[in-house]
Amino acid sequence: MRLSTLSYNFHQGIVNIWKNKMFSLASIATMTACIFLLGVFYSIGVNFESMVRNAEEGVAVTVLFNADASEEQIQAIGEAISARSEVAKYEFISAEEAWESYKMDYFNGDEEAAAVFADDNPLADSASYSIYLNDVSMQDSLVAYLEKLDGVREVHYSDVAANTLTDFNRLIKYISFGVIAILIAVAAFLISNTITVGISVRKEEIAIMKLIGAKDSFVRAPFVVEGVTIGLIGSVIPLILLFILYQRILTYVAEKFDALSNLFSFVPVKEVFHFLIPVSLILGVGIGFLGSRFTLKRHLKV
Amino acid sequence: MIRLEHVSKTYEAGVQAVTDVSLHIAPGEFVFIVGDSGSGKSTLIKLLLKELNPTHGKIIVGGKDLEKINRRQIPRYRRNVGVVFQNFRLLQDRNVYENVAFAMRVVESPKKDIKRKVPTILSLVGLAAKYRALPRQLSGGEQQRVAIARALVNEPKILLADEPTGNLDNRNAWEIMKLLDEINQRGTTVVVVTHNMDFIKTMNKRVITIKKGVVVDDQGGEEI
Ligand SMILES: Nc1ncnc2c1ncn2[C@@H]1O[C@H](COP(=O)(O)OP(=O)(O)OP(=O)(O)O)[C@@H](O)[C@H]1O
Ligand SMILES: [Mg+2]
Repeated sequence: MRLSTLSYNFHQGIVNIWKNKMFSLASIATMTACIFLLGVFYSIGVNFESMVRNAEEGVAVTVLFNADASEEQIQAIGEAISARSEVAKYEFISAEEAWESYKMDYFNGDEEAAAVFADDNPLADSASYSIYLNDVSMQDSLVAYLEKLDGVREVHYSDVAANTLTDFNRLIKYISFGVIAILIAVAAFLISNTITVGISVRKEEIAIMKLIGAKDSFVRAPFVVEGVTIGLIGSVIPLILLFILYQRILTYVAEKFDALSNLFSFVPVKEVFHFLIPVSLILGVGIGFLGSRFTLKRHLKV
Repeated sequence: MIRLEHVSKTYEAGVQAVTDVSLHIAPGEFVFIVGDSGSGKSTLIKLLLKELNPTHGKIIVGGKDLEKINRRQIPRYRRNVGVVFQNFRLLQDRNVYENVAFAMRVVESPKKDIKRKVPTILSLVGLAAKYRALPRQLSGGEQQRVAIARALVNEPKILLADEPTGNLDNRNAWEIMKLLDEINQRGTTVVVVTHNMDFIKTMNKRVITIKKGVVVDDQGGEEI
C-alpha cells in the first residue's frame, strides 16, 4: 500500500472511532479494565512468587540420626536423599561443625566461655543432613519418605509460610486467569460490536467504494485500524495507570512500613513492566486486530 | 466496447428482469436506454458493473468476458467503468473536492496525481469555484456534476448513467445531458438510462428500448 493510501486509511479509522464515540469508549474502557486487572494480578502474583522464593531459600529440612547409627547407615541416608528430584542441595553437618556454629551463635565466638564444654561436645549426637528443596510443595512427601528411612531419629522442618504461600499463589493464578479470560471475551465482543456499528454507519460509503473499484483490503483497512487503535489505547492507558500505582505503593510501603521492607522486598518496577508492557500491548493490539478481522469476515461481504 | 450475447437475469425471488438480450455498443458511442419502470434497465447497468452476474448468456466489456473475472479482479475491472446514479450517491460528510478525490484515493492514486487531476475535472464540470461546498449546500444539478466528476476522474473508457436526471428539473437536466454529450465527444463511451423523451427526440442518438426485460427497439445508431 502506498504511504498516502495508508495515511488516508489510518485517518478514516480514527474518524470511525470518533464518529462512533459511545461504542469506542465502551470498548476502550473494557480493554482498559482487562489489561489493568491483568497487571494487578500479575504484580501481586509476581511479588508473592518472589516472597515464596525468599522463603524457600530459608527452608531446610534437617535429618537427625539415631544415636547408634553407623557410618554406613548415615551414608545410605545421604544417597537416599540425593536420589530425590525435589532436593536442590544437601550437606552433611558433623557434630563438631554443629557445635562450632552453635558456639558462634550462642557465645558470640567467646572461646573462654565456650571452653567450659571443651572436651565434652554437648551436641555430640547432633550430626545431621541439611536439605534444601527446589520445590517447597514437595516438602511434605519428602519428610514422610525420610522419616521411614533406617537410622533416622528425627526430621526437622518448618511448614510455616511456605505451603500457605504456594497455595495462595496458585489460587491467585487461577482466579486471575479466569477473570482475564472473561474480560478478554467481553473486550473482543465489544470491539466486534463497535466495528459492526461502524460498518453499518458506512454502508453507503462502502457500497460506493466498491462500485468505483476499491480493493477489499482498502475497504477493510479503516476498520482494522479502528480495532487495533482501540486495542492500543485500551492497553496503553492501563499500563500508565499501573506504572503510577505500582510506584506509589512501593514508596508508600517503604515510608510507612519500614520494618516490613526488611522482611521482604517488592519486585522492582522495571522487572514487572519488562513483562507487562509487551504482554499488554500484544494482547490489546492482538484482540483489536483479530476482533476487527473476524467481524469484517462476517459482516463485510465484499 | 460492450457486447451482450443472449443475456438473461432471473433474481433469486424468481423475477425475470432481463430476457435474452443481445446488443453491441461500439467504442465512443452514446446510447440511451429507455423503458417503463421495472423493465430491467437498472438490472442491465448492474450486470455491466458486475454487481450482478447473468443467469444465462455472455457479457464482454472492453474485450473482457465478465464471467472470467474473479472476485479479486473486480476492482481493476470497475476502474474502467464510471457510474452515475439518479440519487447522486455523494458522501454527505465530505466536500466537493473530497468527494471527487475519494474516487482516486479508493484506487490508491498517488497524492500528486490527486492534487493535479481533481481541480481539472472540477473545472470541466463547472464546479471549480464550489470545491469546498458540502453536497447539501449544492443544487441537485450541481450534486450530479460532482457525481459525474467522481465517475470521470479515473478516466474510465465507459460511463454508465442510471437516470442521471431523474431527480432534476428540466433546466438542470439539460445541463447534465449536455455535459454527458461533451464527455462523449472527448471519446468516452456513454450509456444513459432515461425516461425523458425530450432528450431522445432532440439529441438524435441511438435509443435502445426495453420492455419487460426484452429489447423491443434499437434505433439511430450509426453502426449496428
Ligand atoms: N434485488 C432484486 N431482487 C428481486 N427482484 C428485483 C431486484 N431488483 C429488481 N428486481 C425486479 O426486477 C425487475 C427489473 O428491475 P429494474 O430495477 O432493473 O427496473 P428498472 O427498469 O430500472 O425500473 P425503474 O425505471 O423503475 O428504475 C423489476 O420487476 C424489479 O422488481
Ligand atoms: Mg432503475
